[in-house]
Amino acid sequence: MTVILNQSLTGISIGAVLLLIALGLTLTFGQMGVINMAHGEFIMAGAYTTYVLQKSISSAGVSLLVALPVAFLVAGAMGALLEWLLIRRLYTRPLDTLLVTWGVSLMLQQLARDIFGAPNVQTAAPDILTGNIALGGGITFANNRLFILGLALLSVLALTLILKLTPLGRRIRAVVQNRDLAEVSGIATGQVDRITFFIGSGLAGVAGVALTLVGPIGPTTGTNYIVDAFLVVVVGGIGQLKGSVITAFALGILQSVLEYSTTVSVAKVIVLVAIVAFLQWRPQGLYTLRTRSLA
Amino acid sequence: MLEISSVQAGYDRTTVLHGVTVTVPKDGVATVLGHNGAGKSTLLRAAMGLIKPRSGTVRLDGEDITHLAPHQRVARKMAYVPQGQQSFPHLTTAENLRLVADGRPDGGAATAETLDLFPALRELSGRRAGLLSGGQRQQLAIARALITRPRLLLLDEPTEGIQPSVVAEIEETILALTRRGGLSVLLVEQHVGFAMRAAQQYYVMEAGRVTSSGEGGTAAEQAVRAVLSV
Repeated sequence: MTVILNQSLTGISIGAVLLLIALGLTLTFGQMGVINMAHGEFIMAGAYTTYVLQKSISSAGVSLLVALPVAFLVAGAMGALLEWLLIRRLYTRPLDTLLVTWGVSLMLQQLARDIFGAPNVQTAAPDILTGNIALGGGITFANNRLFILGLALLSVLALTLILKLTPLGRRIRAVVQNRDLAEVSGIATGQVDRITFFIGSGLAGVAGVALTLVGPIGPTTGTNYIVDAFLVVVVGGIGQLKGSVITAFALGILQSVLEYSTTVSVAKVIVLVAIVAFLQWRPQGLYTLRTRSLA
Repeated sequence: MLEISSVQAGYDRTTVLHGVTVTVPKDGVATVLGHNGAGKSTLLRAAMGLIKPRSGTVRLDGEDITHLAPHQRVARKMAYVPQGQQSFPHLTTAENLRLVADGRPDGGAATAETLDLFPALRELSGRRAGLLSGGQRQQLAIARALITRPRLLLLDEPTEGIQPSVVAEIEETILALTRRGGLSVLLVEQHVGFAMRAAQQYYVMEAGRVTSSGEGGTAAEQAVRAVLSV
């Protein structure tokens, strides 16, 4: 029982990382219908932002706290620039968008290699995040994982409040539901697209900061997570925040428990088969909302 | 007020409008009548900037707005109520209205005034627009347009597919709005009696062309009915 509980907690922490990465995609892929293959590189940008800040700020705790907003701004600016330069010209051509953003992804990876070198780099975690919390009965939860869980839940809360309660959130939801009607209601839909992309990409940057706490980071750090993050958004129901939250934790726990009883590879295969079977039964995912067509 | 001159427009390779010219008088109502597929809705979409004319011009108070985006036209006090009682279905009635009022200095006052015209919407403020009846959704669509305090209102078949009791209410509201001044209207309507009662100028369209036009009013109603019955 202790083992299962420990594995479930590990699963929750994996789910928290997935959720952080998928949150940005929920906006750019889910709400806007853009398959942005460079999303992983915005995660990488957030991770390297932490690395660079740590070189100039000696305290690991302070640099981590500073890195969160700075990484959000850096990755967000990269996303907004990508949207403005390329993606807005390709909204009606999803396959071209996929190819172009994949190319951008490769370029950004190479740029990172040129600047930081090919080997992975390690950032120092603040002391407070290096230990474990004992929950009793042999069950423990790593402090860094708890921090990431808190960060993920805080990000979900912030995004939910923005979407539900602010004028910007209303505009984003309106553009998703009926673009033409939003435009004739006086909303500059192109500007809303750019801001949405900024927030979605910025959240990827925050995910990158979180990833520096779980291991070394390198030019392909983001790419390693991107497929799982897309799966979270698709299974959760495209454009639905609550679907992404449930799916991220469900996949994390499933993966973690299966890894214990089988192997990492077999667990991955079983999870993928389960996802395919689920999507055969419910192609629209857990929850649905009409978005810009990907057809 | 609005001059649509020799506009040719369509979708992909299909041309729907073949050089259409329509004028809306200042503080007056012009109506466009015609059978389904005549190009009436396409004319309004071109006037609002949702489709780009291949040739011809659209002028608002003398300014060439042919190449402006729809939201830029809204900033110039144009408003558009599209066909089919369109709303943002997952937003509540109140959110549908706040969406337009947001960022406008007079947004609160304009919303209150508009809700006085459609008091039923007050009681539905928390309900998702997708759950409203057709008539309620159309009232919401007109209210959303009016909150921008337009000088020119484009209405695409505002009474289509709505139960008769609500049709009368919507017609009365539109007629009251046009009578109080300061608002010009381009009305596309199948209901000839209402359209001719409201309009100072009428246009009949067939196959993407204006085939007949003249002064509005009930006196011209029979002539228009005769043209439309052919």
